[in-house]
Amino acid sequence: MQALAINHFSIINSLGAGVAAIEAALRSGRSGLSACHFETATLDTWIGQVAGLDELQLRTDLAAYDCRNNRLAQRGLELDGFTSAIAVAREQYGAPRIGVFMGTSTSGILQTEQAYRRRDAHTNALPADFCYAETQNSFSLADFVQRYLGLRGPAFVVSSACSSSAKVFGHAARMMAAGICDAAVVGGVDSLCLTTLYGFNSLGLTSKTPCRPYDRDRDGISIGEGAGFALLEKMPARANTIRLLGVGESCDAYHMSTPHPEGRGARLAMQQALAAAGLTPADIDYINLHGTATKANDASEDKAVYELFGAATPASSTKGATGHLLGAAGISEAIISMLAIERGLLPGGLHTQNIDSTLHSNYLLENKDAPVRRVLSNSFGFGGSNCSLIFGASE
Amino acid sequence: MRVFVEGVGLLGPGLNGWPTSRAMLAGEAQYVLSSAIVPAGNLLPAAERRRTGLPVKLALAAGQEAFVHAGRDAALTASVFTSSAGDGENLHHICTTLASPEREISPTRFHNSVHNAPAGYWSIATRAQTASTSLCAHDASFAAGLLDAAAQVAVDGIAVALIAYDQPYPEPLHSVRPIDASFGAALVLAPRAGEHAFAALDISFESGPAEVGRLMDDDLDALSGRVPAARCLPLLAVLARDTTAIVVLAYGDKNHLRIEVTPWH
Repeated sequence: MQALAINHFSIINSLGAGVAAIEAALRSGRSGLSACHFETATLDTWIGQVAGLDELQLRTDLAAYDCRNNRLAQRGLELDGFTSAIAVAREQYGAPRIGVFMGTSTSGILQTEQAYRRRDAHTNALPADFCYAETQNSFSLADFVQRYLGLRGPAFVVSSACSSSAKVFGHAARMMAAGICDAAVVGGVDSLCLTTLYGFNSLGLTSKTPCRPYDRDRDGISIGEGAGFALLEKMPARANTIRLLGVGESCDAYHMSTPHPEGRGARLAMQQALAAAGLTPADIDYINLHGTATKANDASEDKAVYELFGAATPASSTKGATGHLLGAAGISEAIISMLAIERGLLPGGLHTQNIDSTLHSNYLLENKDAPVRRVLSNSFGFGGSNCSLIFGASE
Repeated sequence: MRVFVEGVGLLGPGLNGWPTSRAMLAGEAQYVLSSAIVPAGNLLPAAERRRTGLPVKLALAAGQEAFVHAGRDAALTASVFTSSAGDGENLHHICTTLASPEREISPTRFHNSVHNAPAGYWSIATRAQTASTSLCAHDASFAAGLLDAAAQVAVDGIAVALIAYDQPYPEPLHSVRPIDASFGAALVLAPRAGEHAFAALDISFESGPAEVGRLMDDDLDALSGRVPAARCLPLLAVLARDTTAIVVLAYGDKNHLRIEVTPWH
């Protein structure tokens, strides 16, 4: 595929707000996870919660879109000069020529959960202040972002569970290659809600401790929330720019909520990303794993990674730091991958005490400073939806 | 972007498959409104099928029909799923449970709650490991899916199945988002005119709002307006008439798709 330039991106999650805060937290080995005291949840688990969202006000013209997910989106859009950069791009390309492709798994569902608690005792009706299209509908996120940034090109939401905001890169690349738009804002936002907390708990997939990817005793995920955005352009606007080199997408075709035990779909996604980028495994300097810390994911992903890369390529999961950001995991880890390239930082995985001896990839436990030219980032989701992305420094 | 239509699947109120619906869509036979008959289908094993919601059954049935017409192997074909509402019945159950003191969601309900549940079951049923995506653009979900599928056909030079579906919400959600019927439609789109191609679509994304053409039948017109996935009907009606025509589909209030349909035999 034609490489695309990424000159602007922004990020927020429980680790911090903005690129500098995220980098500082990664360098210091700090985790954003804390014991769960979210909303009315009474679950013994750890979460990655973003502070200050309850007080945040949406831009007044977009008040109907008010929900935790869009508040988090607005916070993210205002960081790292992203909204200003899009205003410049809007002048350059024209608002109709910039697409908006967003990933989310649950959009503003918390709004609906709360509205159900406020149903009318007699009529069962939802409260009059409930705005369905602007909050509950999955498209709410892309609609909000498009309006916030004053863009008018094609827009949609990709909702393929935990691969959602990785896949947006593929969609944007195709839309740009087809000439439907000249640039694209890609991103993803997922926010804490009872559906995912109680849902993953029902599957026995939430850990009672901060999640421990690749650990012998790993026992589940820590759910987090976060937002990330990036601008994709055809021409690099400056010399030292990050590039999207390849995207690979596949399905496990195996099970709704358990990955293929041999990592069949994961391997296919990574192979396709390498092929799209015209690279071989030896060209990859670091792998940001999906690494959720469930027994099944890490075992399956490790098989696929080891088969392709052997034990040489350094790999880690940053979910011990951020938690699993679900529909925002893809973009968040894509941006951490970009930081790895820009700042020469390979982040070590947190909380892992004893690496599972049945896993064979080169799992990093300590931060490592080294030149990083190319990174592969994995995102896998329910429904067996897999996506691998490859980013690189400009040549 | 030019794509070729190889197969159509259709399921909706009074629309039980493409062959029997064509005359109604073409205005040659009277459209009779009745409940959608969603066949059980044989793609999934019975035990698995019982665990799925109606949207999965709609999507699988429409997709399966389109592939029969297209004479193409679903296992080797990429797919784009699109829906405004996803599984509204399941959402209602989850929100009701979460509003109750127990809050114990069933694990099956939870994994079925993902927007890509039909895509997941489709890949399991057809053994397709190819790229698959699941989109939402509210009322423009069909237009977004068609645009994305066409871009994939054009850029990657591969066949892509587009599967659109929607299901009514139960109350109290129905009052805030009325979707009047269950509906599923599928198109198998290819980059080249193979032996099964019967129409060429030249699709472009255009700025500005557009007047969407009316269908020949008032009931079909109403259906198209009241079910997001059924916004494909103006396109399917032209395909049914087997004529050259330009179809306009709204894409939000700022944009639209212009689709030039040319019969291909």
